[in-house]
Amino acid sequence: MKKILILSTALCAVSGIARADVTVMSWGGAYGAAQTEAHVKPWAAATGNAAVMVDADNPAQPIKAMVEAGNVTVDVASVEYADAIRLCDEGVLETIDASKLAPAPDGTAATDDFFPGAVTECGVSTDIWANVYAYDTTKFAADAAPKTAADFFDLAKFPGKRGLKKGAKAVLEFALMADGVAPADVYTTLATPEGIDRAFAKLDTIKKDVVWWEAGAQAPQLLADGEVSMTTAYNGRIFGAAVGEGKPFQIVWDGQIYENEMYVVPKGAPNKDLAMDFIKYATSTEGLRAQASHISYGPPRKSANVDPIMYTDGKTEMGPNLPTNPANMTNSLLTSSDFWVDHDSELNERFQAWLTK
Amino acid sequence: MAEAATTLLTTSDGRPLKAALATAQARAKRRAFLLVLPLLLFVLLTFLIPIGYMLKRSLEHDGFSGSAPSLSAWFKQQPGFDPANPPEEAYAALVSDLALMQKDKTTGMAGTRINYTVPGTISLFKAGARAAKDLQPPYKEALLALDPEWGMPRLWRAMEAASSPYTTEFYQVATDRKLGDTGWARGADQDRIYLYLFFKTFLVSGAITVICLLLAFPVAHLLAVLPMSKSSLLMILVLLPFWTSLLVRTTAWIALLQEQGIVNDLLVWAGILSDDNRLQAMYNMTGTIVAMTHVLLPFMILPLYSVMRVIPPSYARASRSLGATSWTTFRRIYVPQTLPGIAAGSLLVFILAVGYYITPALVGGADGQLISNLISFHMTKSNWSLAAALAAMLLAAILVLYWLYDRLIGIDRLKLG
Repeated sequence: MKKILILSTALCAVSGIARADVTVMSWGGAYGAAQTEAHVKPWAAATGNAAVMVDADNPAQPIKAMVEAGNVTVDVASVEYADAIRLCDEGVLETIDASKLAPAPDGTAATDDFFPGAVTECGVSTDIWANVYAYDTTKFAADAAPKTAADFFDLAKFPGKRGLKKGAKAVLEFALMADGVAPADVYTTLATPEGIDRAFAKLDTIKKDVVWWEAGAQAPQLLADGEVSMTTAYNGRIFGAAVGEGKPFQIVWDGQIYENEMYVVPKGAPNKDLAMDFIKYATSTEGLRAQASHISYGPPRKSANVDPIMYTDGKTEMGPNLPTNPANMTNSLLTSSDFWVDHDSELNERFQAWLTK
Repeated sequence: MAEAATTLLTTSDGRPLKAALATAQARAKRRAFLLVLPLLLFVLLTFLIPIGYMLKRSLEHDGFSGSAPSLSAWFKQQPGFDPANPPEEAYAALVSDLALMQKDKTTGMAGTRINYTVPGTISLFKAGARAAKDLQPPYKEALLALDPEWGMPRLWRAMEAASSPYTTEFYQVATDRKLGDTGWARGADQDRIYLYLFFKTFLVSGAITVICLLLAFPVAHLLAVLPMSKSSLLMILVLLPFWTSLLVRTTAWIALLQEQGIVNDLLVWAGILSDDNRLQAMYNMTGTIVAMTHVLLPFMILPLYSVMRVIPPSYARASRSLGATSWTTFRRIYVPQTLPGIAAGSLLVFILAVGYYITPALVGGADGQLISNLISFHMTKSNWSLAAALAAMLLAAILVLYWLYDRLIGIDRLKLG
């Protein structure tokens, strides 16, 4: 049965792929389009190799099936950070030599130029996205608007319902940061029973005024419908609603929890060397900047965040909208995938039990 | 009589009639079998094998036993070892397995398997595997110096249990039990969730079934007694939402019922509610029940309609002419004849409601979660075995209900339309 599943998945993934030197698999939608425009097309034009982009609901699943079936047709895949770590541990990915990545324009080695955690044994970060919170600017006066993570939990000063993601991940960290835990201590605190109790106690203070959301699109919708006055959300969704649709939304970056998205090479990729060259090109300072001009996810290199980046509409400066903007990172936390692979089930059970009480 | 019994009936060419008949029937049977063969294969491939595979997954996981051969072998030779104080040989076997895991890149699989029952062990295994080849004997001290968690009795209990690929541990977790230092025990109240959600899922599904029945009965009756031209128009009204995407209907209910939604706006505009006292009808149990009832209503109307359509109106007329009141006629003549439809509709709605996932996920809010939402959580977090154990328990509960239904009403009376 497993064989059949693997084969059929692999077959589905294969069909529709034209012959190409490098096949990149990503998430489709606005995200896949950004990587196509910023990485796939320019790389093909610059090197003369053929390159195509194919879509998957979650690229980590088909590439695992392909490697297990011994029929790999994808050379590069864009996967979540936790998947990049897990698949690497399971031996599904090629290792990537960090010393061969493109140096910064001023000559700084890539390993020093990337943010900590952005280059792992088997993956290189292509962007950074963040869990942030945003509010409706029509609900608060400009001089009395929320500014910190703690303000999200202050119902007296900032009345109105709150939107929160229905899940333990990123919510518990956010509660601790709002409670005054320094970003560096968040995971050590959350690893203790007292720390978990502290996070839930903080959530208890707003529990009766929370509207829980599950799908990423729900958060901006709740804000637009006036159901909540502020909500946690993925920063790209709020940017899309604010800049794309002109909604009066403002992101509060204090207490943001950010995460890398990784380019990986599946084990047995048909054109491994070209795939490595593609990754080198895409994760160069310019490649990362190009992607950030299409979508509001931050380039994970210091050198890529120096000069301002313009959005493709030609008038919006991306800087203030990116998780990697230095001003946005003053009180921020890098998601620990190590912590969550260990505690996801346990904390989610506790979270669900807490929700229903 | 005796003569008849001994004389064999034969065909015209002298073969015994019984054998000839058997051959002819065998041919017909083969043909009939070939006709149903595609269906049989389809059911086997899409239904029986996946369910069997799922049940197997709930009882089997070789993530640890497959990647830790030395320790697994050691556990087999030492059935009565003390998890609180494992001897040096056990640690030596563990260290050699950790080195092997690092080489084969199976640390993630082994750590994940143990992490299911002892949270926090994936990173423990990763760190241990990275350091394993540099460790020197005595391994017990070396490993404990690396991380004292290697000495946890519950970790050793978990490893012993995981040294065989077959396990009932996932069912222990699915019934809110936790592995402690002294063995499996009832989990702390703040962590207990699965049994509560099972109970709640069945309660909510039962409530939805009853509401559906109350709403569907008059509609189906109207459909059955109206003249064809009017009833087909009404039928379209029933079927249109049935053909509309589930997601669209759920989202429509959100737009209608949310706090700043149409229903609340109308009530405030009409002065029935004040602006700061709007109805909380979405993102809670009310929202879940309303949206699910609407989504599942056609599954009740259609079987009821198919049964009611063929009930001859003359029975009711006869009852009235014999002096029964309209209530007695309804209760003693009409309802008993609709029972197969009621039973089929209720069974259908109940079973669909028990497994519902997307509607409670979107409109459920804090208290509208059902067991399917947690099954989906574990599927996406790649703890398929626990998801399978929860799903198997759900399946078992439904089979019990089905059996009860068969005993009480009789499955041959089921009429789905």
